[in-house]
Amino acid sequence: MAPILQLEGITKVFPGVIANDHIDLSLHQGEILALLGENGAGKSTLMNILYGLYAPTSGRISINGQEVVISGPQDAIRQGVGMVHQHFMLVPPLTVTENVMLGDELVHRGIFLDRRRAAARVREISEAYGLAVNPEAIIRTLPVGVQQRVEIIKVLYRSADILILDEPTAVLTPQEVLDLFVIIRRLVAGGKSVIFISHKLNEVMELADRVVVLRRGRKVGETTPAETTEEALATMMVGRSVSLSVDKSPARPQESVLEVSGLDVLDDRHQLAVKNVSFEVHQGEIVGLAGVQGNGQTELVEALTGMRPSISGTVRIDGHDVTNASPRQIIEHDVAYVPEDRQQDGLVLDFAVSDNLILNTYYRPPFARGIGLQRDVIDASARQLVQDFDVRTPGIDTAVGNLSGGNQQKVIVAREFNRPIQLLIASQPTRGLDVGSIEYIHSRIIAQRDGGAGVLLISSELDEVMQLADRILVMFRGELMADLPADEAGRDQLGLLMAGVSNAQAQPQPEEVSGS
Amino acid sequence: MSRSPHNRDERLQALLMPLLAIVTALILGGLLIIVSDLQVIAAFTRIPRQVAVPFTNPETEISLEEALWRHPNEVVIGDAVEVKGKQLRVVGDVRDATTQIGLDEARALYPELGPGVTIHFTFFQKPAVGLRAAWRAVRVAYVALFEGSIGNPRQMAQALAAWLRGDPSLLNRAFYPLSESLVTSTPYILTGLAVALGFRAGMFNIGAEGQYFVGGLTSVFVGYSLKGLPLWVHLPLTLLAGIVGGGLWGSIPGWLKAKTGGHEVINTIMMNYIAFALSDWLLNGPMMRPGGFRPISPEIEVSARLPRFFGGDIRFHAGFFLALVMALLVYWLLFKTTIGFELRTVGANPSAARYAGISLTRSMVLAMFLSGGLAGLAGANDITGLIYYMPNAFSAGYGFDSIALALLGRSHPLGVVLAALLFGTLRAGATRMQSVAQIPIDIISILQAMIIIFIAAPEIIRAIYRIKQRRAQEQPPEADIVEGVQA
Repeated sequence: MAPILQLEGITKVFPGVIANDHIDLSLHQGEILALLGENGAGKSTLMNILYGLYAPTSGRISINGQEVVISGPQDAIRQGVGMVHQHFMLVPPLTVTENVMLGDELVHRGIFLDRRRAAARVREISEAYGLAVNPEAIIRTLPVGVQQRVEIIKVLYRSADILILDEPTAVLTPQEVLDLFVIIRRLVAGGKSVIFISHKLNEVMELADRVVVLRRGRKVGETTPAETTEEALATMMVGRSVSLSVDKSPARPQESVLEVSGLDVLDDRHQLAVKNVSFEVHQGEIVGLAGVQGNGQTELVEALTGMRPSISGTVRIDGHDVTNASPRQIIEHDVAYVPEDRQQDGLVLDFAVSDNLILNTYYRPPFARGIGLQRDVIDASARQLVQDFDVRTPGIDTAVGNLSGGNQQKVIVAREFNRPIQLLIASQPTRGLDVGSIEYIHSRIIAQRDGGAGVLLISSELDEVMQLADRILVMFRGELMADLPADEAGRDQLGLLMAGVSNAQAQPQPEEVSGS
Repeated sequence: MSRSPHNRDERLQALLMPLLAIVTALILGGLLIIVSDLQVIAAFTRIPRQVAVPFTNPETEISLEEALWRHPNEVVIGDAVEVKGKQLRVVGDVRDATTQIGLDEARALYPELGPGVTIHFTFFQKPAVGLRAAWRAVRVAYVALFEGSIGNPRQMAQALAAWLRGDPSLLNRAFYPLSESLVTSTPYILTGLAVALGFRAGMFNIGAEGQYFVGGLTSVFVGYSLKGLPLWVHLPLTLLAGIVGGGLWGSIPGWLKAKTGGHEVINTIMMNYIAFALSDWLLNGPMMRPGGFRPISPEIEVSARLPRFFGGDIRFHAGFFLALVMALLVYWLLFKTTIGFELRTVGANPSAARYAGISLTRSMVLAMFLSGGLAGLAGANDITGLIYYMPNAFSAGYGFDSIALALLGRSHPLGVVLAALLFGTLRAGATRMQSVAQIPIDIISILQAMIIIFIAAPEIIRAIYRIKQRRAQEQPPEADIVEGVQA
């Protein structure tokens, strides 16, 4: 069967950079093709060419055997190519139907929106593929997973046959990921073809019919999940062998460095988000805080770092009462913090790498003398850190916003680990990063533990918690459900605890529900 | 590896864009002058009407003044005519027969011009006339603008030459325009710095105008109420009073924002009105000049006045240097100190600043105090350097223009100084342009507005001059650049 989509020799040259170098790609009808590669491998460029955002420097695109020129997103949609972006393009105060029809409005009598007819089509599409989206719902009120389905409906509404999903799982909870996979399988069963962009190996292995691996703008491999392993894919993707498991020696916990007792914290809506939470973190151990997003972890961490007041309970760091202390007072107790949202809270994207590396130490010697910044010292230190932490940047004066996500996270890690620390609070430290960066960040966190720091690791990725942590706390609806040694905690048990089932010790539960 | 060539391009563009914006604004301003110039309009249109002296019927006749404008080909009062090789002026009533000539006599000399009716050609009949008139209108206007703001180069050269020969008498006249430009620029520099500093710290200080007023009030009070102090004590105190007054006025909205979230744009605007009303009340009450009827304050002591360097009507005073020093100080504070680092961090990403342990309250209040202080100093500068008392119509809108200045100068002290010099020059030259070329002073506001639009919307300039920019969509995703560079 002829491929529904064929790319031949696609090359895209930006000034000084070859983003895509003679890439060949074919997609058959009813196929899920995974496009795998690290951040910066050229996946986004390739898909943007396909979606008409860039013109290729050379190469040919054929759809249904016919060579085409795609001049823009509108054109791409006309040719049956639809894209679901990683960052949703939705208008939050509008309804699902309104968002779907936006830009392609059904009207009656010339100027009046025909919401009813559009809603009917949305419902029809939703039912056909089991998307379970209410056309009347306001976007703002929908969970992220459902918003993503609205994006998919938008594409289907415009009768796309080829769907490009750009890192669709980056923003989803594990359960939502499973739901998405079910939907994708229904889509291909219904005759659609899907290009699935990802850098998560397990997802690619589970979902894809065929995998194409890009590295540094070149296609470095093409295979099927049946013929390969996660390790082989990782090697292909990174260009060297990477360890997917974490090597660490047993923890040697010492004195307690963080003591939390009876902590109550309100969220932004003044609801109790953290309820009577007590736990300890010792020097030389990694305590993992697991839980589905939105169960109070964010509020707990904000209370620990001084960003949010607690209404009762105490927090002690190294024996000092720091309940409701200011962020700076807490930092002064040698606490390092890797925030959950690195671009929003961890970095000033417009600032140079060097300035971001002193973001919370700028006022101390040797970076400052009196009120004068010591630019020489700052720059020298920045150059050293960029080298030590392998931050890939054109220079220390480059704005951090120009770096890839992994390198941005390295800047934060370099900053936080560059001073003696006794407590590290790392919130989602590897979210959205590629394999190489994850491996690196993990090794650094373990190095901190082995150096005697206590580590509190907050992650919504159960695998990460299980790999790294020495002890695991599970949070559900603001309460701590469990405090277990990591080697005693089973995946199923943790999953149930995350879902709020507390007496889940020995109940056999089926492994992940995969929709196949 | 390095992206420095791109950086150099960017820097070049950063310089080129404002220049092109100014040039484009001047060109458009020229077009505006042309289309609003009556002589040009007359040259382009055909308006056969009776010239009557004196003015009688507005339907068919026009007044003498209008006739002078609309009918340059007709001999009317005020014209120069050549009689036997001598240039004579046409007047209604001859007083000096050697230089003047009567209207009737002039008409008799030029019979080919009918007695009162003038036929004008339309543009297409005689395009050169129209173009010449257009060119003349623009040239007259811009020459007047230049001579009013910088000076007449020939006069300046002559004055300098005379001065070198030991005769300084011409200097004042030749350099008066330049002095006025610098004098006008000074409050622009200070208020522009005020707004720029606020921008850098993420505070949109729309209240520079009010802070300028309050700074004027506090400094004038210290200036006239303290007596018998030496200059080196009194003058700094007076200036300081302006800084503190404007600073405190500015920190109120800063504090409100930090504590209540009240937006500083709204609150600074409201504080402006309070400042105007406060000034009105003070000047009509407690601070009114004793024995006077006008709402103005007493004059400040001589010991509170900024020194002037030249005699006569040259108003250039030490405030200009004070402003330059403040620009340097602001630069140092913003980019070389921990305080500036805090302010800029809060301005660029308040959330990250909070995570880094920076107190938002402190930064917001401090930023607004410094910003207000600079605006207050601008007020104090005008009191101690120029007018020596506080009138109720104190400001010429510096506080509002300063927002545009900060934008034009990209919130960088050096940029602000350059932008302020530009604005001050335009403002000072506008007066002469109005008197010489009869171009309304508002054209300068229009010029300024256009410059700002072109700076704020550089796409317009790029489109006009076909300047290529690696547009956002023609850039690889940033991640691709950084990784790809190493390939």
